Amino acid sequence: MTLRVARDGAGAGAAPASAGAGEPEYVALAGVTKTYRRDGRETHALDAIDLSIRAGEFLAIVGPSGCGKSTLLRIVAGLHLGTSGETRVAGRIVDRPQTDLGIVFQSPVLLAWRTAIDNVLVQVELRGHDPRAYRDRAQKLLEQVGLGDFADRFPHELSGGMRQRVAIARALIHDAPLLLMDEPFGALDALTREQMRLDLEALWLATRKTVLFITHSIDEAVLLADRVVVMSPRPGRVERVFTPGLPRPRGLEARRAREFVDTTEAITDIFLARGVLHGAGRAGGAT
Amino acid sequence: MTHASRAAAILAWLRRRGGALAIFALLIVVWEVGVRATGIKEYLLPPPSTVWTEFWKRHEIVAGGAWVTTQEILAGYALAIVVSIPLALAIAYSRFMEQAVYPVIVFLQIVPKIAIAPLFIIWFGFGFTPKLLLVFLLSFFPIVVSSIAGFKSADRDVMDFARTTGAGALKLFLKIRLPQALPQIFTGLKVGAALAATAAVVAEFVASDKGLGYLLLQYNGQLDTPMVFATIVILSLIGVMVYYAVEIVERIAIPWHVSQHESAQDATM
Repeated sequence: MTLRVARDGAGAGAAPASAGAGEPEYVALAGVTKTYRRDGRETHALDAIDLSIRAGEFLAIVGPSGCGKSTLLRIVAGLHLGTSGETRVAGRIVDRPQTDLGIVFQSPVLLAWRTAIDNVLVQVELRGHDPRAYRDRAQKLLEQVGLGDFADRFPHELSGGMRQRVAIARALIHDAPLLLMDEPFGALDALTREQMRLDLEALWLATRKTVLFITHSIDEAVLLADRVVVMSPRPGRVERVFTPGLPRPRGLEARRAREFVDTTEAITDIFLARGVLHGAGRAGGAT
Repeated sequence: MTHASRAAAILAWLRRRGGALAIFALLIVVWEVGVRATGIKEYLLPPPSTVWTEFWKRHEIVAGGAWVTTQEILAGYALAIVVSIPLALAIAYSRFMEQAVYPVIVFLQIVPKIAIAPLFIIWFGFGFTPKLLLVFLLSFFPIVVSSIAGFKSADRDVMDFARTTGAGALKLFLKIRLPQALPQIFTGLKVGAALAATAAVVAEFVASDKGLGYLLLQYNGQLDTPMVFATIVILSLIGVMVYYAVEIVERIAIPWHVSQHESAQDATM
């Protein structure tokens, strides 16, 4: 995959939510809506989402709490079904839980009775493979996420960031082409978060998986993703799509790049206009 | 193991348990000295030394009673385990069972079970059966209620992750739901174990011609207070032994949970 450059000179450019013609779409949502019915009242969680993710692309969705971005991820995974519209992964319609993917949640959801390496291996065990055949690979993955010396530790002996690293290794062990991450760093402190961001990018550059990354952090989305989808508050709609053309790897310096500053400001302005953020601290219309 | 490290281990154990042991010893000394100094009548409060000498004179009778009561406790407790865990499974996994059976269990739990003991005598006579049933009844509820909670405790995200692996229901149960439920099942088992001894004694109070509950009433009637104390001590020991047996099984079955517990305690100290 080549580095993408922003289309207009100003830096952050708006791009369509669907991938350009000719590039293979790995995930494709067409007119997906989700309506919950509870106590006779309907809640529109998602409103006609058209979105696609190219193979090997890192796509981030940023939006306020309750905008349905987690629901969207679960629809891609087949854990929820949309009320209408069509979701396809690798060309096939999603109508049941998908197995050809790795998934990471905000909480690491490790099994307390298994060591770090056995938590990574539970992925292949549940899939009916012999975990012994994957042990070396699991150890290598743990080393890649910086936990080489912690393979035999139990979750309660690990810090929050380390647990989330185990969860990421668990999502990668079976080498599925798609990685779904639902606010994976949401529960971590700011410093750990920054380190995880750097490490995740390195991991992604090494594996080039198709990634759907849900976050409520504008910075995180812009620093990690090839395309950033901004969602509006409920009912969730695709508000705008940005293509931060920052060169990779985007180390700590990326935060000082003009492109980063412009894009995050543009997204912040959208949230200001939508009433997600409000305050006198910032004057609107920075770009 | 070197001599020094063994000494260190004993010291560490003493540091942990030493305080409780010292207070226990102190209580006995205060009791002994206090009774002798104030001249309280023996039938009101016998000194520990008298309890011991009286017990030793008749320890064979007490041992016989203890054996009877222990059998009642173990049989009733075992029956409670065998019935309540499968029932909890059924309630946790079947919507019908949850809607039909669970409310009944919750309601029955409110009934003071000990009040049923006299009925058991009418129905089942004076033998082993009513004791077994009362022990069963008292230890059944905590085990079934916490097992249901355990089986239902699986986190939504854990189950969502598991669904993306395509694993079947049996595999999910064995690899995730059962281990996840074990800590709560053991909590119920320990509460049940503590109640089992109480239940056996109450059942013997109501009607019996043997067992520690029977002996207790006999000694009480004769104002043989030292023997009343001795019987209570033996009863407590049986209860403690059943409880610790469960705890040992727990340590073997779910060492990860026990050590998690202990490290959490260390962290707060």
